[in-house]
Amino acid sequence: MEIFLPIADQPANVLVLLALGVAVGFLGAMFGVGGGFLMTPFLVFLGIGPGVAVASSANYMAASSFSGALSYWRRSMVDLKLSAALFAGGILGTFSGVWLFTKLRASGQLDLLINVSYLVLLTAVGGFMVTESLLFIRRRRYGPNVTRRRPGARMWIHALPLKMRFNRSKIYVSVIPVCAIGYIMGALGAILGFGGGFLLVPMLIYVLRVPTATVIGTSNVLTMATMVVATISHAATNHLVDGVLALILMIGGVSGAQFGARAAQRIPAERLRFLLGLLVLAVGARFAFEVLARPENLYSIGPASESLS
Amino acid sequence: MRAHRYQLIAATLAVFLAAGAARAEQLVLIPSTTTVFIRSNYIGTSVALFGAVQGVSELAKNTADYDVVITIIGPRQTLVARRKSRVFGIWANADSRTFTDVPSYLEVLANRKLASIAPPADLSRNRIGLEYMLPASSEESDAPFRAALVQIESERGVFAEKINASTFFSSTLFRAEIVLPANVQVGTYTIDVKLFSNGNLVAQALSAFEVVKTGVVQFIADAAQNYGLLYGFTVTLMALAMGWIASIVFQRE
Repeated sequence: MEIFLPIADQPANVLVLLALGVAVGFLGAMFGVGGGFLMTPFLVFLGIGPGVAVASSANYMAASSFSGALSYWRRSMVDLKLSAALFAGGILGTFSGVWLFTKLRASGQLDLLINVSYLVLLTAVGGFMVTESLLFIRRRRYGPNVTRRRPGARMWIHALPLKMRFNRSKIYVSVIPVCAIGYIMGALGAILGFGGGFLLVPMLIYVLRVPTATVIGTSNVLTMATMVVATISHAATNHLVDGVLALILMIGGVSGAQFGARAAQRIPAERLRFLLGLLVLAVGARFAFEVLARPENLYSIGPASESLS
Repeated sequence: MRAHRYQLIAATLAVFLAAGAARAEQLVLIPSTTTVFIRSNYIGTSVALFGAVQGVSELAKNTADYDVVITIIGPRQTLVARRKSRVFGIWANADSRTFTDVPSYLEVLANRKLASIAPPADLSRNRIGLEYMLPASSEESDAPFRAALVQIESERGVFAEKINASTFFSSTLFRAEIVLPANVQVGTYTIDVKLFSNGNLVAQALSAFEVVKTGVVQFIADAAQNYGLLYGFTVTLMALAMGWIASIVFQRE
């Protein structure tokens, strides 16, 4: 069942796209992340141009994170004030990200930046998650009754000025690191086409010491907001958002997420994080191969002007 | 002055006489369609081209031995060919060449090997064959980029040189199939047909067809390109609506 994608300018198999949506939605809901870091690489793997893949996954992420944000909101697990402070940095980050994306696309280095960024981020975060969860599982298995403390030691970050109280998360922290984290997430999301839940959640936990009760809901709200801005700016500047592609992915993602959420309830949190870490590492390894192995064809061709996909 | 005029008249006459004596062939071309529509179910298509050689006496028809070369040229574009090199252990695009006026689609269909239709000098002069269709590279270092461009475009199915692709089903009637892959660009595709007899170019004719997006595909592509901001808001609303529906489904669980 082929359908012609109007912006990607090529036909694609609807069933393959639905299956990709289901798989990403399932994994995303199971691990409590958006799954954009899987979506973009797989779209590129299916032959969609990296520009359209990034911009359309941003649109997909807006849908999946909004549905996540709503369900956490109903359970009062969203710190709206913290989300707003993060987003203040996030919106600036998104605009810088889209600007850089446009520049790099014109210079022919966009693919490299996407590949290297994915490689560095995924291996770092994946490695961290795997070792951290392995240590935790081992400690609990062999060590005497380990209780899980609220992680994160006192850091210089907590000595910064402009402190603000975030009641729902029960933290009192400077807005400088909050905005900085928002900025980083916004910029990365716009360039790499992911919400960055797998990166944002650890940063909120370890840097800002946001409790687990509000961390995922808050992260979903920020992801939704930055992805909305990213979608609109990609559409307005680069004309690369394929609405048909995104819609098919959303339909798949929504269905997959239901099963993913159910699966998550049956698996202990540490094991989930270990598995997510492995998944992140596996995707990272794929990028390592892309960047480090000698390409089959050293040459590539692309359009010269910015306006063409 | 007078001598010069006589020379000119003589030369003109000679050309007329030569043309009249040797050949009076004309080509009539009929493409199976003049417009190819890209709809939401478009996965590639083909256009058939029928051609007839006219102005040949019945007697000459029996002894005629024609060759035909059909060149289809899609909308032109500027392309950048890039070469990766290893920089600090990473394979990155380093060197590049820009090629202007490269056809986005280029197909050469002949009834037999180009080399046996006309001598290379004639092929080159008449720009027949993939080799002679692309902008000539002045510098030697451009050559590998040019070759890579042809190779990649051939793999994508938009460049091709096919022999036995135009077939005569009588001595003066021929047919060819123009295969358009899924990834064609919209615009005008010109069909240039050259008729050869015993290695001489005896007739030439042009035809064309358009590739256009239509229906939903055209509507969305147009909205995205010309009303980017509005389009962005629309797809965002679509995403939020999908997310909202999904959260209701979740709530019921």
